[in-house]
Amino acid sequence: MAEEECSLKVLLEEKDREIAALKCKLAQLEKSHAPALELHGKVTPLTPLRAKPALSNEDIMRYSRQLLLPELGVKGQLNLSKTSVLVVGCGGLGCPLAQYLAAAGIGRLGLLDYDEVELSNLHRQVLHGEENQGHAKALSAASAVRRLNSTVECIPYHLQLSPENALQLIQQYDIVADCSDNVPTRYLVNDACVLSGKPLVSASALRMEGQLTVYNYRGGPCYRCLYPLPPPPETVTNCSDGGVLGVVPGIMGCLQALEVLKIASGQGSSCGQQLVMFDGLGAKFRSIRLRPKQADCAVCGENPSVTRLVDYETFCGSAATDKCRKLNLLSRDQRITVKDYKSILDNSDPHLLLDVRPLVEVDICHLPFSLNIPLSNLEERKSEQIQLLQEKISQLKQQTAGDCRPPVFVICKLGNDSQKAVQVLEKMSGSEVDSITVKDISGGLMAWAQTVDPTFPQY
Amino acid sequence: MYAKICLIFLFLSRGGAELLFKGVKEHHVTLPTQSEPWDVKQLLVWIQRNLLKERPELFVQGDSVRPGILVLINDADWELMGELDYQLQDQDNIVFISTLHGG
Ligand SMILES: [Zn+2]
Repeated sequence: MAEEECSLKVLLEEKDREIAALKCKLAQLEKSHAPALELHGKVTPLTPLRAKPALSNEDIMRYSRQLLLPELGVKGQLNLSKTSVLVVGCGGLGCPLAQYLAAAGIGRLGLLDYDEVELSNLHRQVLHGEENQGHAKALSAASAVRRLNSTVECIPYHLQLSPENALQLIQQYDIVADCSDNVPTRYLVNDACVLSGKPLVSASALRMEGQLTVYNYRGGPCYRCLYPLPPPPETVTNCSDGGVLGVVPGIMGCLQALEVLKIASGQGSSCGQQLVMFDGLGAKFRSIRLRPKQADCAVCGENPSVTRLVDYETFCGSAATDKCRKLNLLSRDQRITVKDYKSILDNSDPHLLLDVRPLVEVDICHLPFSLNIPLSNLEERKSEQIQLLQEKISQLKQQTAGDCRPPVFVICKLGNDSQKAVQVLEKMSGSEVDSITVKDISGGLMAWAQTVDPTFPQY
Repeated sequence: MYAKICLIFLFLSRGGAELLFKGVKEHHVTLPTQSEPWDVKQLLVWIQRNLLKERPELFVQGDSVRPGILVLINDADWELMGELDYQLQDQDNIVFISTLHGG
């Protein structure tokens, strides 16, 4: 009798284990069948994010190392799981930010970007891979984030934030992170956050430097309190013109993640009236005490003039993208196409080709027969360089049997600086140097690479 | 009374403004003696006359700095210090920051 009892118990235990194994297998299968990530092309209403009553055993294991921090604890972790964050821009700042928020167990992540992944993004936009080129950045970021933490709800938005959709979108999130790359979007995000009462964790980076502030937080200033007027467009440098070392936005995006996590967990941010500046060259941080909220601020002040979203591209005088603007400074007969220039080369017509890019860009690639004098040196009339130019013009004159206005063609990367250089050279022609006929090569070296010589590098 | 005032002013952020000053980021200057105390408004005029040769519109607008430049006086936003009316003290540290927008 006792023997039979015993064997039945053993059998039961065996079956229990079998059931547990089957349950585990089913749970895993269900997980892998989680709904495919759906790319949102417009703003749709979201179901409210439900608060977890308690942490599961899996949660406890996954987040154990941060649960041990008294600054976070179980309460902070549960707070994270019921917080939604909108990430505006899935680039150099947005990638590390989204990565750390997901890893830490944020409840919901809205990932917004209108752009597609390009090869020149990969050095800093570290959620995207080579295989994602040409794909929507929002989707690429969302799938990378899901691989990291499938319990985080990800909503990828492939759209441009605009005055029409920004309020509806931002109202649905608890915290907004500005990871955008242009001035109009920064004002738009700020105003939408003020109008919907959301804290804005904002960072930016260029070259070797970064800045971070939390706006509209606990009675502190907003972006407009600090910068009531946008900078003149010609003073704004973007990453595609000025360059950026990938790790610099990486550091700033991580700092942004830190402030978002502090706000979301209930700990609170100390950057509400503070500007953190990072100097990558000197490996130095500086913290600056900022002004308080301004009574006369146009959007968060006592008598606001901005009570709904406006046209930010008009307000800033620039487009809501970091792509280069095309200047049109010259008349049609002052410009030639890259194809025209190719036939001048093919005919061996004597001329001078002047490359006006900075030396660092000439080192990347250049046409072998070009003379390099950077635009800034022309503008400053650097005497050695002007002398060199004069020598080349004299040589050219001999070749052209005394042509009284020998041809000089000016080239740069995209055809903006070269137009400015044509204007400078025209002023110099006949006075500071011998008379010349100056023309711009429209579209610059990038047009040359695209239409004439596909082996020429693009950057 | 208001004799020499030694100042350091810096251009943090390579937003372009420092290029106007021949790429020099850090300037140690001594302001000449004058009967009135120096304020920031006069300092901007002095910088324009003595250091800024070309394209002043990239640095100043009217009698203040152009939009997009934040001024710090001894590591605090100048708004907290009285902006243009702040009276300069010996050994003050004035910093001009260009706002960054990239990401
Ligand atoms: Zn404000």
